[in-house]
Amino acid sequence: MNELIVIFLSMALINNFILVRYLGLCPFLGVSKELGPAVSMGIAVTFVMIIASLATWLINHYILIPFDIQYMYIIVFILVIASLVQVIELFIKKTNIALYSAFGIYLPLITTNCAVLGVTIINMMGSYTLLESLVAALGGGLGFTLVLAIMAGIREKLELADTPRAMKGAPIALITATLLGLAFFGFVGIV
Amino acid sequence: MGKFAQEFAKGLIITNPVLVLLLGLCPALAVSTSIDNALGMTLAVLIVLLGSNIIIAAMRNFVPSITRIPIFIVIIATLVTVVNLLFHAYLPDLHETLGIYLPLVVVNCIVLGRAEAFASKNPVVRSIADALGMTVGFMLALLMISLIRQMLGTGEMSVFGVHFFSLPVLSSRPVAIFILPPGGFLVIGLLLGLFKWTGVLKR
Repeated sequence: MNELIVIFLSMALINNFILVRYLGLCPFLGVSKELGPAVSMGIAVTFVMIIASLATWLINHYILIPFDIQYMYIIVFILVIASLVQVIELFIKKTNIALYSAFGIYLPLITTNCAVLGVTIINMMGSYTLLESLVAALGGGLGFTLVLAIMAGIREKLELADTPRAMKGAPIALITATLLGLAFFGFVGIV
Repeated sequence: MGKFAQEFAKGLIITNPVLVLLLGLCPALAVSTSIDNALGMTLAVLIVLLGSNIIIAAMRNFVPSITRIPIFIVIIATLVTVVNLLFHAYLPDLHETLGIYLPLVVVNCIVLGRAEAFASKNPVVRSIADALGMTVGFMLALLMISLIRQMLGTGEMSVFGVHFFSLPVLSSRPVAIFILPPGGFLVIGLLLGLFKWTGVLKR
């Protein structure tokens, strides 16, 4: 149990996907302007991360390893993620229209989100068990959502602030990320 | 040949992938802690982008537009696998330091972006020019970021083990924040602001 808590905290806070590993920067700069969409995007990414970790773990252990074709992992993982996202999109569209209108537009973007492919590769390279992979995906996704939400909250206020004209938009967002990243260093001592 | 030069030159500054289009930020920040890593990443991107642009431009007339994205992704993923294995065999140290960012070239927006926006509509030669220009633009941005980060973060100036000079105060007391993750955000944020302020890059 301790192992799982350590993995969760490490993925969510200490090695945060956005601030420490630089994964998923496109949505970080793109959809972190308002709190609502930022949280929706974060939850959608977390969901896809968990499903993708489950699928890639099974494929890795029951197809790639038995046939000794682990070097194929990049092609297999990206295709699995791309098709999973399509299936999830279709499923949500047919079953829950309200959910679809909330998450739908973010799902296609998630295919090329490095955070999702990143978590599956981290799971594989760390030789995590199935449970550990799922916990790592949950931690990574929640950490991603947390930073996206914090950032959106700050940027909502920042819009009204008197920022120098040249720093408006992406530059000031990146400087804010620097300060957030420094703050997150405080978590290093947890485990 | 004029066209070739034109396609090549636009990637350098006007549509610099990292600094203007803000594509491929993940690798640009993650590997820019030292000049060696930046050059290694550039080599990987060069092979993948050149290969994918050539292949996709050559088969642009046979690819049905409805399934083009999955086809592009498979081509790119194959090239990334090749590069990953080559680096593992011939440049093991670099393979080790680039870590997960090497396989992640597959989701680097620059590669898929150029396939979709350029190579799928243009002949092979111009696509080669486009790939080379974009790679050089990527390299320039990466070198700029990594030069600042390495100089301030370690106080030393050395490339591939060849030591050039040490900065007077910084080499004994380096500003470690610059080679830590937040330093990457700081350097690129300030660079973007600087370029906007001076008007070098129009957005």
